[in-house]
Amino acid sequence: MCVVCGCANPTATPAEQAHVAVNPSTGDLHYGAGAARVSVPGMSQARAIKLEADVLGENKRIAEANRAHFASHGVTAYNLVSSPGSGKTTLLCATIEHLKRHAPALPLAVIEGDQQTSNDADRIRATGASAIQVNTGKGCHLDAQMVADAFGRLDLHGHSHAHEHGHADHAPDHHHAESLLFIENVGNLVCPAMWDLGEAAKIAILSVTEGEDKPLKYPDMFAAATLMVLNKTDLLPYLDFDVPKCIEYARRVNPGIEVLLVSAKTGAGLDAWVEWLLHPQD
Amino acid sequence: MHELSLAGGIVRLVEDAQARDHFKRVSHLRLEAGALAGVEVRALRFALDAVSPGTCLEGAQIDIDEPAGTAWCMRCATSVSIASRTDPCPSCGGHQIQPTGGTELRVLDLLVHDD
Repeated sequence: MCVVCGCANPTATPAEQAHVAVNPSTGDLHYGAGAARVSVPGMSQARAIKLEADVLGENKRIAEANRAHFASHGVTAYNLVSSPGSGKTTLLCATIEHLKRHAPALPLAVIEGDQQTSNDADRIRATGASAIQVNTGKGCHLDAQMVADAFGRLDLHGHSHAHEHGHADHAPDHHHAESLLFIENVGNLVCPAMWDLGEAAKIAILSVTEGEDKPLKYPDMFAAATLMVLNKTDLLPYLDFDVPKCIEYARRVNPGIEVLLVSAKTGAGLDAWVEWLLHPQD
Repeated sequence: MHELSLAGGIVRLVEDAQARDHFKRVSHLRLEAGALAGVEVRALRFALDAVSPGTCLEGAQIDIDEPAGTAWCMRCATSVSIASRTDPCPSCGGHQIQPTGGTELRVLDLLVHDD
């Protein structure tokens, strides 16, 4: 019997047993390409229990509580996702500086997710904004509980309490963010796609020094994102990055995805980016 | 390797069921991982092997159904079958499609014993 999946295929080659599809011309390996593997449990005196439970249900429940919590504090939260090195933290620092000039009264805070170090939170704190570093240790993504724990420790939480009490009759269906929470996820274009943190939107940041086909290589992430931000556009003259092609690829996996072009370094595109953040789409 | 977190979530769901139904061990566990759920089934099996020792899932046979992905094609105004989020509509070749099925990871049912 195949030790990988329990299928009764003793004649299968090791590659077939592992359900690897091998491209004969290139030798590329594609895992998970096999047909559905279904087997029927044998007869037994055992009891059957039907669960039909969503494995991510507990995370979704906490994420919904986060969402309600954010709304009650007038907080609009964004989940920033990208591969490592796309310039998320640099973009955040530039965004905070931009907001300090154009919306100085707007409260904002940052939750920084990384496996190790507080380097990113230190960079955010250097701008004067409050930040909490969440180190996931071996984890490859933030989950809703981590965000709930971190949010409780932020100034934004206390500040907005006072705000809420002062404007108890403020309608929650406003179209202008009263305060912003940026959640910078662990640099990883795969795992964070599945975890709802209670954010208003996932924002995928892709730097033009990466390939324009990233949306096709990591479709789950671009399917989950509301907005794709192409960063480091100041480098476009030195690269072969095809912007229209990249947008076309992103819309293949997510026809409704919005796209903005920015350069955190030169400030190009930051006005439109900040406008987007302050006027979240419903 | 988010499959390790997911495996932890599966063990937790089963242990919650154990707290309600008071069984000793699980002999069969059936999961559903849709083609568009973002789950690598091979990695999930590896992760379940890693986290189940010492739990009521230890030694259980785990079957994983992998329903195909389905999507709504806006151009054709019909439901179509797709294998991945990057696939075009098999009828019109367009990409104006929204996944509607095969997106979930669920614990379906389990066979439990009191001995």
